[in-house]
Amino acid sequence: MSKFTTIAGVLLGSALLSSTAMAQTELSLWYHGAGNEVEAKIINQIVSDFNGSQADWTVKLESFPQAAYNDSVVAGALAGNLPDILDVDGPVMPNWAWSGYMQPLTIDETKIAEFLPGTKGMWDGKLYSIGLWDAAVALVTRKSILEELGLRTPTVDEPWTKDEFMAALDAAKASGKYEFAFDPGMAWTGEWYPYAFSPFLQSFGGDIIDRTSYTTAEGVLNGEAAIEFGNWWQSLFTEGYAPLAQDPADRDSGFANGKYAFSWNGNWAALGTLSAFEDAIFLPAPDFGNGPKIGAASWQFGVSAKSEHPEGASAFIEFALQDKYLTAFSDGIGLIPPTPASAAASINYTADGPMEVFYELSAKQALVRPVTPGYVVAAKVFEKAIADIANGADVGETLDAAVDEIDADIEKNGNYGF
Amino acid sequence: MAAITSDNHGLRLAARYAVLVLIAVIFIFPLIFMLMSSLKPDQQLLTDTESLRAFLPVGDISLDNYFAAFRRAPVGLFVFNSVLVTGLTVLLSLVVCSLAAFAFVFVDWRGRELVLTLILATLIVPFETIAIPLLLISANLPWIGLEGVTRGWLNSYQVQIVPFVADGLTIFLFVQYFKDLPGELIEAARVEGASWWQIYRRVVMPLAGPVLATAAILKFLAMYNQYLWPLMVVQQERYRPVMVGLQYFFQLNRAWGEIMAYLSLITVPVLAFYLFLQRAFIASIASTGVKG
Repeated sequence: MSKFTTIAGVLLGSALLSSTAMAQTELSLWYHGAGNEVEAKIINQIVSDFNGSQADWTVKLESFPQAAYNDSVVAGALAGNLPDILDVDGPVMPNWAWSGYMQPLTIDETKIAEFLPGTKGMWDGKLYSIGLWDAAVALVTRKSILEELGLRTPTVDEPWTKDEFMAALDAAKASGKYEFAFDPGMAWTGEWYPYAFSPFLQSFGGDIIDRTSYTTAEGVLNGEAAIEFGNWWQSLFTEGYAPLAQDPADRDSGFANGKYAFSWNGNWAALGTLSAFEDAIFLPAPDFGNGPKIGAASWQFGVSAKSEHPEGASAFIEFALQDKYLTAFSDGIGLIPPTPASAAASINYTADGPMEVFYELSAKQALVRPVTPGYVVAAKVFEKAIADIANGADVGETLDAAVDEIDADIEKNGNYGF
Repeated sequence: MAAITSDNHGLRLAARYAVLVLIAVIFIFPLIFMLMSSLKPDQQLLTDTESLRAFLPVGDISLDNYFAAFRRAPVGLFVFNSVLVTGLTVLLSLVVCSLAAFAFVFVDWRGRELVLTLILATLIVPFETIAIPLLLISANLPWIGLEGVTRGWLNSYQVQIVPFVADGLTIFLFVQYFKDLPGELIEAARVEGASWWQIYRRVVMPLAGPVLATAAILKFLAMYNQYLWPLMVVQQERYRPVMVGLQYFFQLNRAWGEIMAYLSLITVPVLAFYLFLQRAFIASIASTGVKG
């Protein structure tokens, strides 16, 4: 009898287990972090925790290397092979939403009320994606350099003006101690150019696209403010403040090797800088006349339009928004935690933490890149234009040509729905 | 007089060797740089690039970058995938393209000039222009496998192999080589009653060593360096080849030593394959004037 009971129990248990497994619906997740051990560990932990936390869904992760991710998603969309959940770079999201790759995200929005503005992917009045972190750029230098050159330490509330910034570069140049006064990061071609350099243009009063209509770049990318920006940008190279040609290795190690007095760099590189110099300091962007600006929005999670289980996909994303995961990403790879609680719990972004200023910069200076499906084309046009200007091209003609190219793309795509 | 001639000959020989050694050094320097850099920590690697130390195994030398590369990415899996895909494609390509060329050169059939012209015309069509149609076709093709009949070739080995089995360049190489074979051999075999298959297998292919080596090496390089196509059709890590795998190492903060270690590892199969076929490859270049 007891033998029979045991067998029956095992069979019943197996049946229950298999029925539980059967009941779990598999959700596919594509993520851009392949090759980053720390990131992989955290995302795997979230997936594992989610799968173990409930019986309805099981998420299966597929990681891609970042440089290949966007092309993989576009190819996947063409072939009808998108996952349920995907991550998307903030400025690219409107294009994917407009192209029909993504659907609006239905999560409890009270849970993201305290998130930094750059982490919320809004398009067409709806939330499409949400980021577990943000990224920010700062002017990196050392306290000893500021003291040596006799410069005021700018603050978020009182950043350097254009004149103060240029005076700082002049002082660095005159000291003769640095090969170049300023490293803007010319080696990082691609999205770095619009992400890092268009805020300078915006601070001058221009922009990549006219945000009042989103149907033209006329007047904002080639108006007076933009021309003034272009002339200033070109002068950085013609007057020897910054290197025109730079290899990636120099970008990685130039500041640490004492080649530059100031470097325009992101929070993701800050841990390395802090390990190179104890007195490293991260300064806010200068104010070129229209307020200091930096870029915002990093990678975010959303639901693909193809998903037949958006409720499951949303449940996973909502699960991932827990402060402990936000803090884990920040501690692991130096990213900016998006909520006050996750920042307070982090190693680097607590009050008086070595990178606290980045949180403040994200909250106060950040401006998302133009929220339009046309951004992906406009960004490439902008990248080429400012590279040409740096190389000595006529500022007015180059910006006019860029405007024509961006406007032609917008027109060709029916104003992208605007 | 004889002594002067001998001296001149010696001098000319020495000068020739000096030039050849110089050229060889220029070509091998990037490989030496890669190998030496793979043994150094990042900071030293970057500093050494400013001097000849970049080409020497000096300073803090270790295999740490190799261990780190294996931790960062499934290097063995990527190399296996690439070698499998490349090897099968090369083998199938040699068979299919040589058969096609045989039919164009030796078999008399109506329209063969036109068909050959059309095939050669594909040489001027960049792959990028047909990539999207090919993707759409591949995503809907049926396949018979262990799970029965399935639809769609994405995330598989066959999607990386089949589209590249036949190509205009390889057929062209075989056609050019077959045209130079003595026609009497084929005629004699026909007179003796040999079938086309027997002529192909027993007469033509045994003489085709050099062109087989050339076609194999060119195909091997093209396939081993595939990036765009696998990026489009493979979303699962278990099918990824080495070139897509390389992107695992291009993080925001780049680990240059690991990149060099990975590049050194994935270069091994290419060098081994070339060394294996080197003699036949050079013979083929010498006899057909094919430029690699």
